[in-house]
Amino acid sequence: MFELLFVTAPIMNVQVLLEGVFIGSVFALSAYGLALIWGVMNVKNLAQGDFVIMGGYAAFSVSNAGVHPIFAIPVVIAFMFCFGWITYKLIIKRVIDNDMFVSLLATFGLSLFLQQVMNLIFGPEVQTLDSHFGILLLGDFVTVPKIKIISLLIAAFFATVVVLFMKKSRMGQAIRATAQDARAARVLGINTDRVYAFTFALNASICGVAGVLVSMIWSIQPFYGIIFSLRTFAIVTAAGLGNLPGVIGMSFVLGWFEQYAGVLAGAEWQIAASVFVLIFVLLWRQLQARRHRQVVR
Amino acid sequence: MFRKYLVAVGAALAMGVVGVSGGAMAKVEGDTIILGSALSFTGKYAANGFHTQKGYDFAANRINEMGGVKVGGKSYKIAVKYYDDESQGSRAAQLAERLINQDGVEFMLGPYSTGMTKAIAPVTEKYKIPMVEAEGASRALFTQGYKYMFAVLSTSEFYLAPILDLVAERARAEGKSPSDIRIGMAFEGDGFSLDVKAGVVDVAKKHNMKIVIDDMLPADLSDMSATLTKFKALKPDVLLVSGHDKGAATAARQMEEMQIQAPYVGITHCEASKMPEKFPKGATGVLCPTQWLPGIPNKDNYFGNASKFNQDVLEAYPEYKDIPYQLTQAAAAVLVFKDAFERANSFDKDAVRDALAATDMDTFYGSIKFAPEGNNIAKPMFYRQIDANGKYQPVVSSDNIKIRNVAY
Repeated sequence: MFELLFVTAPIMNVQVLLEGVFIGSVFALSAYGLALIWGVMNVKNLAQGDFVIMGGYAAFSVSNAGVHPIFAIPVVIAFMFCFGWITYKLIIKRVIDNDMFVSLLATFGLSLFLQQVMNLIFGPEVQTLDSHFGILLLGDFVTVPKIKIISLLIAAFFATVVVLFMKKSRMGQAIRATAQDARAARVLGINTDRVYAFTFALNASICGVAGVLVSMIWSIQPFYGIIFSLRTFAIVTAAGLGNLPGVIGMSFVLGWFEQYAGVLAGAEWQIAASVFVLIFVLLWRQLQARRHRQVVR
Repeated sequence: MFRKYLVAVGAALAMGVVGVSGGAMAKVEGDTIILGSALSFTGKYAANGFHTQKGYDFAANRINEMGGVKVGGKSYKIAVKYYDDESQGSRAAQLAERLINQDGVEFMLGPYSTGMTKAIAPVTEKYKIPMVEAEGASRALFTQGYKYMFAVLSTSEFYLAPILDLVAERARAEGKSPSDIRIGMAFEGDGFSLDVKAGVVDVAKKHNMKIVIDDMLPADLSDMSATLTKFKALKPDVLLVSGHDKGAATAARQMEEMQIQAPYVGITHCEASKMPEKFPKGATGVLCPTQWLPGIPNKDNYFGNASKFNQDVLEAYPEYKDIPYQLTQAAAAVLVFKDAFERANSFDKDAVRDALAATDMDTFYGSIKFAPEGNNIAKPMFYRQIDANGKYQPVVSSDNIKIRNVAY
């Protein structure tokens, strides 16, 4: 396969790299959402992937009413925001001050619950949404569905909006203040409970947008959430909390790594690749830390 | 006096309990033979569970209307007792125990899917209960040495492998050698797909065909662009994919997006994935295996031929546009039981089991004859090719296959 990729048909690399970029852009959205709630609330949301799939099903429901999936995005954002807010009030609020394992267990339970509810409502069949945008041909070999380019732009747009929101708006500043020191923020009059609810709801909305894109470029099924949860955890852990450029960069690295693993080692290694990236980064960090400690000694 | 009264009441109650449970323990109640089945009415297999139930009920009603089952000079009706296995193997096994031990059922119809059948078969085997199953296709079911399980359907290794026979035949007819044929394939790592793959590998070896891509698709499959990129670069002659409905949907979608041209493409679960409606260009020319076709010439005395069966079921269940083959094979399973009861001329479990083992009959579903392992060796898989209008066209012979050439 190495020979095929680098000697016989090097043009394959263009296709593989492009696919990696498109995958990475969707990963980046849900990973950014996770980084946000992890950093601000210290909640590790194991239902992150299920939020993505839920966004996909919300778009599926809206498009069944004859609306193009892209125009379903505002509806999905509003729906997921309300869902996120209610979930915070009902579940997350009660576990936020507890041990890390309580939040892991609670969100794991939420993940199972959401899977079963989606299975009951939509059935276990795979669903796909068609954007009808056609395909772009780059030479004889490389093909790019236009929806993937549009998805990349949509992902970039929403990432920018969220970054600007965090920097410029009052709520964004409150979120950042709460992330730095929740107690001090409370002393200064910030309603941290409201900030947490807003942050969790914002994360659900971001996942919802990712879900709409997933339903248009791949497919959705009630039990697919776990692979997105796995990838977002790998990205956020590898990139480090509070490191937005790191999260985006790591998303693309993971996208490329998955695609190359699929081509060189077979499709069965594609998802395993994200776990390998995580292990590699953690080992690397461990080595760096050990070296640092030795210097201190 | 009071003590005597208590004893009398106790005895009467005990007799009542014995009488009631004695009635329930009978495998034949009055003039009705009770068959038992745990089917999936909720959970991920629910849709196919209902198709299966409709098949069982349709056949039981038809047999009852036409005089029922004749055993020992008497006519018996067929009734099926159902439980919902919730699409979970452990629940299916519990319900099989319940059907046998509490409901007294002595003849079972199979559940839906290989997984549920795998869970139930050890139970029916333990109690020596004959089971005719119609929905578990994995060949692993027939390597366990089960003596009381019989399956009417073709096993999974025949889903895609015969396509290679057809391709080899076509190559020979065109003056080419089958050994020049190159295959790209991607199979999911589940029991069913690995069986399908084993059949393909055997036939590829038989014809000396070269397998140039051999990918295993993950269970949570939604992207196979890496496999298709390799396919585009290597340009094999045949693409074979098996990954249930999600694999079929993903393959059709990404073949369309990546404009894959392959002379022959075989994919399982075309119907379930609705690929001709959703991805018409990707689906064009795809060869789809099916357990049954309404156009086959086989027939029997109860349902007439395949086309008559098709018409009658569409009238009975107007919600269907096309009949799922899961319903068809379920109906065939009931017919097999009826035939075995009559040949055994008894309701003795072992006599019925022996009669089932000796089954050799023609039905609207195809011929049925069981190997010693219990699988049906008389019925082939059938194929349909999706045309440019999204219609399924039956494949009668290798000349009948259209080389896939899609104008993207």
